[in-house]
Amino acid sequence: MVLQITWVDWLIILLYFGSVLGIGFYLKRFAGTGEDFFLAGRKNSAWVAGLAFLSANMGALELMGMTGNTYEYGMFVAHFYWIGAIPAMLFLAIYMMPFYYSSKIHSIPGYLRLRFDEKTRVLNAIAFGVMTLLVSGINLYAMALVLRTFLGWNWDACMWASALTVAIYVAMGGLLSAIFTEIIQFFLIWFGLILVTILGLIEVGGWNALLERLPPAMSALWSTSTDPANNGMQVTWLGIVLGLGFVLSFGYWTTDFLVVQRAFSSKDLRSARMTPVIASFFKMALPFIVIFGGLIAWALARDPSSNFSLLVEDGQIRYDSALPMLIKRYYPTGLIGLGVTALLAGFMAGQAGNISAFNTVWTYDIYRAVIYKKGSDAHYVWMGRMATVAGILISVVTAYWAKSFPSIMDYMQAIFSWVNAPLFATMLLGMFVPWITPDGAFWGLIVGMLSSFGMFIAVKMHWISASVLTLSHYASDMAANFWRAWWAWLICFTVTIVVSRFTKPKPKSELVGLVKGLTPVPKEEGVPFYQRPTVMAGISIACFIVLNLIFW
Amino acid sequence: MAKERMLSIWFFVGLILVVMGTIVTGTGVYFLFKPHYTTVLAHLHPNLWWGLIMVIAGLLFLIPSAKRDLRK
Repeated sequence: MVLQITWVDWLIILLYFGSVLGIGFYLKRFAGTGEDFFLAGRKNSAWVAGLAFLSANMGALELMGMTGNTYEYGMFVAHFYWIGAIPAMLFLAIYMMPFYYSSKIHSIPGYLRLRFDEKTRVLNAIAFGVMTLLVSGINLYAMALVLRTFLGWNWDACMWASALTVAIYVAMGGLLSAIFTEIIQFFLIWFGLILVTILGLIEVGGWNALLERLPPAMSALWSTSTDPANNGMQVTWLGIVLGLGFVLSFGYWTTDFLVVQRAFSSKDLRSARMTPVIASFFKMALPFIVIFGGLIAWALARDPSSNFSLLVEDGQIRYDSALPMLIKRYYPTGLIGLGVTALLAGFMAGQAGNISAFNTVWTYDIYRAVIYKKGSDAHYVWMGRMATVAGILISVVTAYWAKSFPSIMDYMQAIFSWVNAPLFATMLLGMFVPWITPDGAFWGLIVGMLSSFGMFIAVKMHWISASVLTLSHYASDMAANFWRAWWAWLICFTVTIVVSRFTKPKPKSELVGLVKGLTPVPKEEGVPFYQRPTVMAGISIACFIVLNLIFW
Repeated sequence: MAKERMLSIWFFVGLILVVMGTIVTGTGVYFLFKPHYTTVLAHLHPNLWWGLIMVIAGLLFLIPSAKRDLRK
């Protein structure tokens, strides 16, 4: 057991559990219709949707996984927050959101039905459902691991307790509950964890003193990326740009319904476009918790006088213990409760996000589309609640399976490259090329997903070397994921175009509002500059460039 | 029957920050008078000032949203 919990810390933890359950009970009365339950009534402001948009992404990975990865790989991990997120979020806001929001769809598969056909929609809905439950299982697994390792709690008991809590409050309030708790989680994470960085920097003597302790491979963002041997991730700048910065990032941020659903809950198109823009500023700031935390842990661990080390289990360093070990180092009674609550909130909100996205896709894109088309609105809300409970139960089973993977991050990236990477090719072509056909999209998506999964299996089973994918002698799991995503995207992109050339496109009259050139461009006249999505996106991209130059 | 209006999310954010901040500040006051330095930099009394920052931030959310929601 690492962290000693006193009754005061327990009080804070129980207060959090009581709050989210209480909010779930309170919001149940406002979630009576399908629009309320699945899309939070479509009346959220840009700020509410924006913070929820980011929080839905801040699960177990964002906190412990990334801090641990920073300890292992150094500053390179910041690529996941900057080039691996910001351009894609802004592209979603400026170019893709008008098509999504204007078509008044409930989900991403719903867009595929309007733009292409039913079979493409159901294919994507099933793939998304499976992926979401797998990712939800990760959250459960990670949370139970934290509680067992750092607090000494029983693995099974704490996993079931947290799963039931999420099931109860999401089943009662739907997306409304999920968004409320995600925003609370957002503040708890910042207040609960940024103090680790503040106290860490005080101890090591400030940012410049920290940099002096780090070798170039740990403190550089781009300057060590020309040769994969020079950086811990063993990946070149081309792999980062194509695999992470383009395919994986755009695939996740622009097509993953988990995050995009929050933008759909906005009250109007301008708010929906501002949602990812607002989130991008906070995404850029997150490295100040996780990356700085990982670097501080690395520096302290190499200073014998600090008596700091990561947890070692069965002879293996537990990199994901970096953040909890820093909490133990700096947080006295009271603050420990706050830090543990921040971690718990991160895990639970991430899981709630997955489950609320799953219940929508299951209800609208699988159950209503394939199984029972003539149900009432109340029936589909009931089905959404049932899907929530069933999804949580499947997640628990998934969590046990996740235990067999050596690294949480590799697992996540592998799943995203199976589903999101090819889907991004389908979406990109669908939104910007009118002659792409329903058959082209369907076969492109199938071949793209199968090829990605096939590459994953072929490398895992040693049928081919990962260096075949990475075009380099160096081929870490991370590099293989980046490159596999790129190849899957390219295969889907090519097959979609080739099949479209030989099959019949939809008439243009059916594509109005869904494809560029056939959709009115949103006007921004008469709106203050700070409420204009294009202006704020410009400021965001400027901040992104400056950060990359500072940490080059 | 008039439809019930929903309290805003900022009300709940403010309330939770104020309550948790008060508890953290309380531990800070306790350690101020009964020093018990078991963590690094504990002499800086992080509980005390961080708890107060949380309370102030919470009030900045709670007061405007409570006024707005009660006026409705």
